[in-house]
Amino acid sequence: MVKDVMSQINRSATHMRATILANKRVGQYHQIVFGIGDLVKSCRPGNFVAISVGGDSSRMILRRAFAISRVSENASFGGTMELIAAPHGSGSKWLCSQIEGSEVDIVLPLGTAFGIPTSPVNALLVGGGYGSAPLFGLAEVLKARGCKVDMLLGASTSAKIYAPMEGKRSVNSLKIYTEDGTMGELGRVTEPIKVLVEQKAIDVIYSCGPMGMLRAISELTANTDVVHQCAVEEAMACGIGICMTCVLPVKGEDGKISMLRSCIDGPVMDGSQVQWHLVGQVPEVNS
Amino acid sequence: MSDFDFSTTLGNAFFNTPIFTASGCASSGKELAQFFPLKDIGAVVTKSIMNKPRYGRPTPRMAETPSGMLNSIGLQGPGIEAFLANDIPWLVEQNSRIIISIAGETIEEYATLARKVRSVAGISAIEVNISCPNVENRGLVFACDPDASRRVIDGVRKTIGGELPIIAKLSPDVTNLPEIAKGVVEAGADALALINTVLGMVVNLDTMRPHLGGKTGGLSGPAIKPVAVRAIYQVHAAMPEVPILGMGGVSSGRDALEFILAGASGVSVGTASFGNPHAAVDIQSELRDLLIAKGFPSLKSAIGYAHREADL
Repeated sequence: MVKDVMSQINRSATHMRATILANKRVGQYHQIVFGIGDLVKSCRPGNFVAISVGGDSSRMILRRAFAISRVSENASFGGTMELIAAPHGSGSKWLCSQIEGSEVDIVLPLGTAFGIPTSPVNALLVGGGYGSAPLFGLAEVLKARGCKVDMLLGASTSAKIYAPMEGKRSVNSLKIYTEDGTMGELGRVTEPIKVLVEQKAIDVIYSCGPMGMLRAISELTANTDVVHQCAVEEAMACGIGICMTCVLPVKGEDGKISMLRSCIDGPVMDGSQVQWHLVGQVPEVNS
Repeated sequence: MSDFDFSTTLGNAFFNTPIFTASGCASSGKELAQFFPLKDIGAVVTKSIMNKPRYGRPTPRMAETPSGMLNSIGLQGPGIEAFLANDIPWLVEQNSRIIISIAGETIEEYATLARKVRSVAGISAIEVNISCPNVENRGLVFACDPDASRRVIDGVRKTIGGELPIIAKLSPDVTNLPEIAKGVVEAGADALALINTVLGMVVNLDTMRPHLGGKTGGLSGPAIKPVAVRAIYQVHAAMPEVPILGMGGVSSGRDALEFILAGASGVSVGTASFGNPHAAVDIQSELRDLLIAKGFPSLKSAIGYAHREADL
């Protein structure tokens, strides 16, 4: 059993040079499209990519991880992959400054994917900031399976909401929350979830965003029948499971807590198993 | 050109090629196997393993620094029993050469680990990572204490007998590295791994506290490469007959050649694999091409070449 799982580590990962086909500013973010050919067939919603930044003489030695927003195949460009980047740090600024036609060194696809139900269910997708990026690709897949897909997006302010027009077509409803009230409802994206869970209006929550949001949703769904699949974001050096920096405390089926790598055992994890209260601590050896 | 001899030895262990992974930078090999066949490089050096399962240090465990990174993992691992049961048989199946790295908190723990590794088939050598806090001596790192370093290696040598080569992995954070190196060789080390990470710290400007959960961390990557070259050169000058496995910021064939010329018999690739999963095989083929281009008939003929007397 363990052996089967282990032999699958990074099993679809390919290290390649990919050409940037489009790089468009959307609010505070950049929507960047890469040509990745047949690799689109291996990419699942929730997977991420690791990109080398800064060029050959860069002093930035580590790759930057980005969630895959969506993939598609078309006649003129072949397989394409889109990701959303926020030009915050030196690495993401470099990526956002790359023009169409540039080639980047990329490893993909990496990590776990969102589990897709085999029969139609009521799904709630919750995104914080540009954590919404992978949810649009996921929404398309869930819609194709006949699921009801509702989406809640939240951010501190309107400029940090990522909600492209074309993405809205793949959801039944979309509600936006901002903490300063500059877009949608005033408040936090987690506020309506309690009622939805109590009304048994949803079967599964898919979430992506800051740790605090993921933790809050896990607390709202604890001891309910609602499944919570969350894509975590922890600082990574390698993205392929060799550096052991991106670990989170996770309780296994046997009740034991392990420090799991969010790059290969994540980014998509079962929110009810992540020991959010122990993040940033070391579990007791006896627990 | 095809008769170029790329092989190397560390003690009585023979390797077809001189590029290895670095302990702690390749886990136990499975993660990198997707990118290249592990048997294509000299050996896989597994992540330092302790006797008991261990959670390691709290997050954040990583900070990128100019041309480098700090890590504070704290030797997270499954413990020697699970490691030998799950990870080693798989590596043996890959026909990979294997160097098991061990780490302990007491001199006794190192000896216990050596006893458990001794009987494992398919192992080329054992690396003894002595850059760990000694719980019996106020947490002073073994590798920074000449006497403790010597006693760890002595205990491992007595336990393991004369067959399996012992590679002692030393810290550069010492005043007199050749002296510590001499001590562990006298105690029974067959080879030396130089260098472990350099102790460092990053202060986070948002929290205005040390960024890493463990406060301090090990600096690795190109930023420490000249420190490693210096360490290799000094130790090779002091003990030219003792093989050195060099490491510290190697990210190209040119870097690896510097290490060889300074006195390394083999070179481990660590942090470079985080940025490039093909780093070890890329560096290996670049090194081979460079050695041939420089006119060396073999890898061995280049080891320590930087120490030769001035040209007349």
